[in-house]
Amino acid sequence: MSLDIDSLISALNEEFPGSVTEKLKWRGETTLVVDKDRIRAICARLRESHGFAFLADLTAVDYLTVRSPRYEVVYHVHRFGEEYDENVRIRLKAGVEDADSPEIDSVVPVWSGADWLEREVYDMFGIVFSGHPDLRRILMPEDYEPFPLRKDFDVRDREASKRSFQRALEEGDD
Amino acid sequence: MERVEFVTEDSVVDPITGLKSETMMLNMGPQHPATHGVLRVVLHLDGEVIVKAVPHIGYLHRGIEKLCEHITYQQCLPYTDRMDYLASICNNIGFVLAVEKLLGVQDAIPERAKTAEVILFELGRIESHLVGIGTNALDLGAMSAFLYCFKERERIYEILETVCGARLTTSYPRVGGLPLDLPDDFEEKVRNFLKVFPKTLYEVDKLLTRNRIWIDRTKDVAYINAEDAIDLGLTGPTLRGSGVPYDVRKATPYLGYENYDFEIPVATEGDAYARYLCRFEEMNQSLRIIRQAIDNLPDGPYAADLPDVVLPEKKLTYTKMESLIRHFVLVYEGFKPEPGEVQHAVENPKGELSYYLISDGSGKPYRMRVRGPSFVNMQALSKMVEGSLIADVIAAIGSLDIVLGEIDR
Repeated sequence: MSLDIDSLISALNEEFPGSVTEKLKWRGETTLVVDKDRIRAICARLRESHGFAFLADLTAVDYLTVRSPRYEVVYHVHRFGEEYDENVRIRLKAGVEDADSPEIDSVVPVWSGADWLEREVYDMFGIVFSGHPDLRRILMPEDYEPFPLRKDFDVRDREASKRSFQRALEEGDD
Repeated sequence: MERVEFVTEDSVVDPITGLKSETMMLNMGPQHPATHGVLRVVLHLDGEVIVKAVPHIGYLHRGIEKLCEHITYQQCLPYTDRMDYLASICNNIGFVLAVEKLLGVQDAIPERAKTAEVILFELGRIESHLVGIGTNALDLGAMSAFLYCFKERERIYEILETVCGARLTTSYPRVGGLPLDLPDDFEEKVRNFLKVFPKTLYEVDKLLTRNRIWIDRTKDVAYINAEDAIDLGLTGPTLRGSGVPYDVRKATPYLGYENYDFEIPVATEGDAYARYLCRFEEMNQSLRIIRQAIDNLPDGPYAADLPDVVLPEKKLTYTKMESLIRHFVLVYEGFKPEPGEVQHAVENPKGELSYYLISDGSGKPYRMRVRGPSFVNMQALSKMVEGSLIADVIAAIGSLDIVLGEIDR
């Protein structure tokens, strides 16, 4: 049972009008640009009705000056096939506008594996996933201020790490 | 285990005796021999039973994804070694394949390079599984199995050393093929390995598979069912140990894996022992693949004929001005893939490793994202150990077969 992408798109658009805005195909990969506000509903529908049980990856990209909206949260969703050659993987992208704390719905209720992946995106880009059960920094120190994978992050600025280190010293971590 | 704290807010009053009991918080790590690197797990204990386990990671974070945004594609290669350093060759090949996909030159890669990469990839898998099984056994007290495994791993390192000069941090293939032809004694060394290794495998099998203590420590320990495993996004032997037959080599074959005859071992029990059995059988299957590959290792060019991507031969660089210029441009500016984005997944020994590359048309990646299997698999730890004993955490971490270099990147 192979998957017809176009019928998938029309099924999604029928249920959530205007949710899939664009379909791109490049190097054999399918990308769907979807409506950010309905990301959780779309993911839940993909999982429940279309068999995309496996969230292969979740990440984000910062397009600072390249395009607007500034951020894109990227989901790679995967459907296992009965036979090995029936596996399907598609990429979903949702644009997130620049703001003090850019925000998008969490998909942890859909795939619990999104937990750490969303925490990493928050840690690196400062994108807040509303509805995430435990949104904390994961790789960087807890009191670190900047978001390193943003394109306007100053790689030569060592002050941020120093401040974080200084605070740790002052607090005296035993 | 550094510091013991009593957490008062979790105090529970026993309804029968009226006595107050408290859970204890225990830091396991970051410096702990059984956490396979710098991992800290905060355990909330009720006696010896784990109520809650919270892993803390990031001690080894080097910002590889950020670093790679500032260097050319080819320069990214050595950074990929430093992720899963127990199978660096697999990371390297995975990255090279992703860049080749971004360039759209997969069809131009010569068969000799592909076959050699398959051999090296499977050697990397065996190498990683040997460490995985060996250290898991060591943590649970089986010293001899560990020594057998590490002795064999040394042989693989020797092969890698003859191929690329490095043992651990290989940085070996290049985008477009191999940097140099395989050494003359490569085939002989691999064949020798194929001859000797099954004996060690047999010995490890005899030492562990029916060992009473090993079975007691791993059977029904760190259990996870298929549904949870898929939900958490687990991959590799951790997923297949729970009965889900997903393997990237079969699902979306790369390097011509569809032409090799091999099975995907699956166990259904979902415990640490099942994962051990999967890893063990995978080594046998890897041997099968290597045997087929080395028998059919074709002659011919070892790198693609792509002047825009592949460096010219050293001899030509020294004798021809055009080649010298080409060499200079490729080293300084790098090749420039057309704008676009790809994701390429490979089946690393520990699970699915995928690279997500975005090109903006320049010589440097606009974004390089690494989805490491250990990072995602690590999430399962809490689920696996809650409700079991402290000693089972050791078995669980060992059976997840994580490597912190890849979790933290």
